[in-house]
Amino acid sequence: MKFLLAASEVPEVSFTSDVGGGFNIILEYVWVIPLIMALSFAVILFFGKSLGSIKIGDSETPASSTIGIAAVGTCFLLSLWAGAAWIDHRDNFPEADATSVLEHGGDGEHSDDAEHSDEAEHSDEEGAPAYFDGDGAPLVDASVGGAGAAALVEAGEDGHSEVHASVAILKGFTWFQSGGHEFTVGILVDGPTILMLFVVTLISLLVHIYSTDYVHGDRRYTHFFAFLSLFTASMLFLIMSRSTVQFITAWELVGVCSFALIGHWWEEKPNSDAALKAFLTNRVGDMGLLIGMIILYFAAGRTFDIMTINEMAVAGEIPRNTLLIAALCLTAAVMSKSGQFILHTWLPDAMAGPTPVSALIHAATMVVAGVYMIARLYPVFFEGFAISGSSINALALIGAITVVFGGMLAFVQDDIKKVLAYSTVSQLGYMVMALGVGAWTAALFHLFTHAFFKAGLFLGAGSVAHSVHSFDMKKDMGGMRKFMPTTFKTFVICSISLAGVFPFAGFWSKDEILVGTGGWGLFGGSGGSNGAYTLMLVMGLVGAMLTGAYMTRVIYLTFFGEFRGHGHPHESGKRITIPLVILSVFAVGAGLLNLPPGFITGEEAGWQERFGHFIEPQSAAFPPIGHATPSYTLAIVASILGLLGPAIAVFYYFNRVEARSKVEGRSLTELPDGLTSRVPIAKAGHTLLAEKYYLDHLYTDVIAGGTKGPVADMADWSNKHLIDNVIDTAGRTAVTAGQFVYTKIDQPLVDGAVDGAGKASSAFGDELRKSQTGKVQQYAAYLFAAAAVLAGVLIIVI
Amino acid sequence: MPDWILPAITFVPLAAVAVMMLMPADAESFHKLTALGTSLFVAAVGVYMALEFDFDRSGELQGVVDERWIDIIGSRFIVGVDGISLPLILLTMLVVPLCIIYSWEHFPEPHNPKAFLILIMILETGMIGTFVAQDLILFFVFFEVVLLPMFFMIAVWGGPDRKYASLKFFLYTLFGSALMLVAFLSLFFLAEDSAGEALRSFDLRALTAWGGAGLARGTGLLIFGGMLLGFGIKVPMFPFHTWLPDAHTQAPTVGSVILAAVLLKLGTYGFVRIAIPILPEAAVEWAPWIGLLAVIGIIYGALGCLAQTDMKRLIAFSSVAHMGFVMLGIATLTDFGINAAVFGMVAHGLITGMLFFIAGSVKERYHTLEIKRLGGLLVQAPRMGWMLGFCVMASLGLPGLAGFWGEFPAILAAYQPANGISEVTFRVYMVIAALGTVLAAGYLLWLLQRTAFGTPSEEFADDPHVHDANNFEYVAWAPLLALIVVLGVYPNLLFETTDDAVQNSLHPCLSAESVEDLPEGVTCSSVFELDDDLAGG
Repeated sequence: MKFLLAASEVPEVSFTSDVGGGFNIILEYVWVIPLIMALSFAVILFFGKSLGSIKIGDSETPASSTIGIAAVGTCFLLSLWAGAAWIDHRDNFPEADATSVLEHGGDGEHSDDAEHSDEAEHSDEEGAPAYFDGDGAPLVDASVGGAGAAALVEAGEDGHSEVHASVAILKGFTWFQSGGHEFTVGILVDGPTILMLFVVTLISLLVHIYSTDYVHGDRRYTHFFAFLSLFTASMLFLIMSRSTVQFITAWELVGVCSFALIGHWWEEKPNSDAALKAFLTNRVGDMGLLIGMIILYFAAGRTFDIMTINEMAVAGEIPRNTLLIAALCLTAAVMSKSGQFILHTWLPDAMAGPTPVSALIHAATMVVAGVYMIARLYPVFFEGFAISGSSINALALIGAITVVFGGMLAFVQDDIKKVLAYSTVSQLGYMVMALGVGAWTAALFHLFTHAFFKAGLFLGAGSVAHSVHSFDMKKDMGGMRKFMPTTFKTFVICSISLAGVFPFAGFWSKDEILVGTGGWGLFGGSGGSNGAYTLMLVMGLVGAMLTGAYMTRVIYLTFFGEFRGHGHPHESGKRITIPLVILSVFAVGAGLLNLPPGFITGEEAGWQERFGHFIEPQSAAFPPIGHATPSYTLAIVASILGLLGPAIAVFYYFNRVEARSKVEGRSLTELPDGLTSRVPIAKAGHTLLAEKYYLDHLYTDVIAGGTKGPVADMADWSNKHLIDNVIDTAGRTAVTAGQFVYTKIDQPLVDGAVDGAGKASSAFGDELRKSQTGKVQQYAAYLFAAAAVLAGVLIIVI
Repeated sequence: MPDWILPAITFVPLAAVAVMMLMPADAESFHKLTALGTSLFVAAVGVYMALEFDFDRSGELQGVVDERWIDIIGSRFIVGVDGISLPLILLTMLVVPLCIIYSWEHFPEPHNPKAFLILIMILETGMIGTFVAQDLILFFVFFEVVLLPMFFMIAVWGGPDRKYASLKFFLYTLFGSALMLVAFLSLFFLAEDSAGEALRSFDLRALTAWGGAGLARGTGLLIFGGMLLGFGIKVPMFPFHTWLPDAHTQAPTVGSVILAAVLLKLGTYGFVRIAIPILPEAAVEWAPWIGLLAVIGIIYGALGCLAQTDMKRLIAFSSVAHMGFVMLGIATLTDFGINAAVFGMVAHGLITGMLFFIAGSVKERYHTLEIKRLGGLLVQAPRMGWMLGFCVMASLGLPGLAGFWGEFPAILAAYQPANGISEVTFRVYMVIAALGTVLAAGYLLWLLQRTAFGTPSEEFADDPHVHDANNFEYVAWAPLLALIVVLGVYPNLLFETTDDAVQNSLHPCLSAESVEDLPEGVTCSSVFELDDDLAGG
């Protein structure tokens, strides 16, 4: 709306702006991208069905998906433009010393009604950064000046102004005002935004294309694409949020899209159950989100502005205890949204939704919102959890536990999507752990690479399921490589990348996280100044082993052996395979964006460390994170361990099971007399308790045969019977309590008291009872009389 | 703003009543057209009023009329509108014609559109009058005027248990009103002007200027307590809420909509307009208790919802929870909280009004609202099902829709209540209220799952009565749905209007950071604990 006033009014700000008219104009207008998707949603929702289908060439395609693809395609191109513009902007931005001073003419605090009421929508005065002449007129409160710097002027509470340079671009208008403060909605464009912009639009585009085949002929084709558009819009809105309220808004909106799409086939109760579970589990975390953001609002001097909160946190203007409590609250939100142990249980259930949704929402984008939130408000976590020390903090611990527990759970699933879901949980654990140990860049890098190979895996699984009409690997799959060569190849490539094998994308990002933990100096690397998180390194390595092993299992069960299902499976159509190929290309190559320094060319140039250069915020609103020094030793050790898991899995499946299959003359999925059947559960429990022993097992016997058995069963059991139970019980208890309160308290006591009062007054005479049959005026008279008596009492008392 | 506007919007419906009385009951179309025409005319004048309203001075009363009325008791006819009452008046003007349109084709049994519409017109006068009145007696009269039509609406057109429900509604509210009147009278006798002379006035402006200065602490608390009961019952606050589910369940659809959309707000409006501005010190002392009842209401209402088996009753219970958020915002006595409360009133009016409309339409098609017999609404009446889903999302406070802006800022305000109120207490309330949002999602989604998802039960699978929304319903609902989105997407429409008025209504001592911040000539009593702050800082 008011955005439209934009650039032409910039001249109020006294320095030249190369963003204003040239190549970089897109950076000020990135808000157009979510807007396009929102419009696409509205058009598809209201007109999608009535538009019917559109003829393109010889083929008829439904209008809804065509609109969606056109919209998201446009957005992808705009994102590419934004990316290129950002690189240009970033390269021309002077490093830390650039402090273009912008004279700040207005009052940093809120002004009086008389001053701003007319310009209310134009001005940005929440005691937060203001980027314009305070007289009100300029709407564009961000300007990219000098060599492209946005100067951030903050009016401190005690009156003095501090000036910082920030590479970020901010723009917005007043969303609401309260108590004389005005709160802005708008965009905050910096490295992480650009990164996510690319990931979200690319994967959304591929998923859109893929879906035209996958949900072809679905009973709610139009709604499906409408909600894909709404989700994309909300996610894009989320990544460019400049205020915490805006962030909460987008956060909930993506949640609602997730709800709608998980429950896409709501006729069947399990689907709507899964949708409810997802929404409600997330609501539990959202309590933390709301409270955390409220604490930050007050701590930062009544502002929702993310940059201000960050700056104050970095500058130490917010007490560490306050930050700690806020960070803990926000961590709860991360745990639910990003599927961290113990709030992850909704994520596997969410696989009830259509597979493209699982790829887009529950693997590549929405579930990383929690990770993104930590990255956005990193100073809060960095200072609150004292990440630069080496004491173990909530983030690192939760992440590390999630890496391992999530990975172990993946072993016992027969449903191919559930394996991938637990794998996602585990990989999200890596990202959270990385942020917890201070490896900010590594976390975002892993988010980036993970989006491609995990989306590729989900879409690959969908391709197989599309062909065999089932997700059950043991019953309905097997030997699929013969029928679906393209799907097979892309799936294997993405799996290798997920497993972190050199030189695939997953290797680089996982390695950077492991180095970032700074554990064990003996590997020669260092986590920069971020301390030494030995435990996190161990957990990360264990996670790496698990990942390769469970993916080997999936590949064997799905693509090897003999076909165990029914019918005649065949390769999927081009609209399914082409996205797979594109994603597998990224799964191979995306890691090259962030080669460690000294690798290959031996100097800092070219592609090396470009990722960090473009992605890391450079401003006073970002904590002094340390950068890890890579270690060949660690990379080699991690690779060996990472290959050990799959190696054992390969031995187990491709030798033992395969051999036994030949003996028995049918395609087996496991050894009939394997560890599972020989080792009693009790022993497993003991194993689990004696953690050291458990670790020994993990390294020796293990992974494929052993972890697959008792330990994972135990984890699965605790997952289903302990954690899920708590949530179910909480739900049931609430209902029981509700029933109890209602039947035992509300009805007999509270209500009874009222009825009792009525009955007591009926003792005054039968007349009253008559009045209940219609003589209202009499009843009213009594009431007035009673009231008069009470009134008299009150007057006398006074 | 021209003087005639406020009297016009208040009394034009009453003029229509006079005309309708003269016509026989069987001239149904005449009555329908008169009522609709009148309500649309009032709405048109309302739009004109909004255009004439000076939003730069939204903190001040506008369109003031101050005439002699009842000299003998010192009561004058004073009306005026400011940023707080404007949105509520507009909401009223919107809801009334929509209700008339909705009932156009199907008046509830025993039919009789003449009487039904006359009652609605009287209700409109009462509701608008309450929001514009600036004299306590005038306010009281309008406040009571509302009571009778609603009583008859429930008692005549209601469900099987209507007699019980209507009486309970009447009894409860009247009880509160009596205490409220006593409180008003005490103010009349005790208020003083700046020179220390007895004020002897019901003029809200004069009483607000007085602000309870020099009143004994105990007296102030008692008077506030009287108003607390009077307004609190209307809200309704726990534990005075039990009339509400009965009244809602038994009332005809339109009655429920008006009850939820406007009548409940008379109570909360009373706090914002009368009780807090006149007696800020007593408000500070009462605040922890009001807040306590508010959060109990939030949790208790939610638990009540979880136990319901009847869709309409569930929605009614959800009002208890939602009004709990409004009361929590009010109890903080901060501008932020009260802005949120006013937003919450409007949002609740739109959203819960919509939910009652849908419940009414479901009842009309299925002849039952028993949740376990329903199901598959999305299959049989997809558009209605989606609208139900939309309203459920709005009601559980989804950001981007109106409900959020009443809820989140109220929770936020509880983090730091006004001077003199215990922060620790309110932070506990904040966490409890946040828990309430989880429960709200629970009962609302559960409702949605059981009524809209799944497949229709055998009982109704082939029922020809079950059809999607008709044109009357679309016309009646579209404005509400649109406003839920518009206010959710751009909340400043409302916040900007209310903010100045809310700030003006609050005593400076409530928000001042130190004694130095106070305006000239204002001193604060020890209740506000400002001196302690000064000593500490």
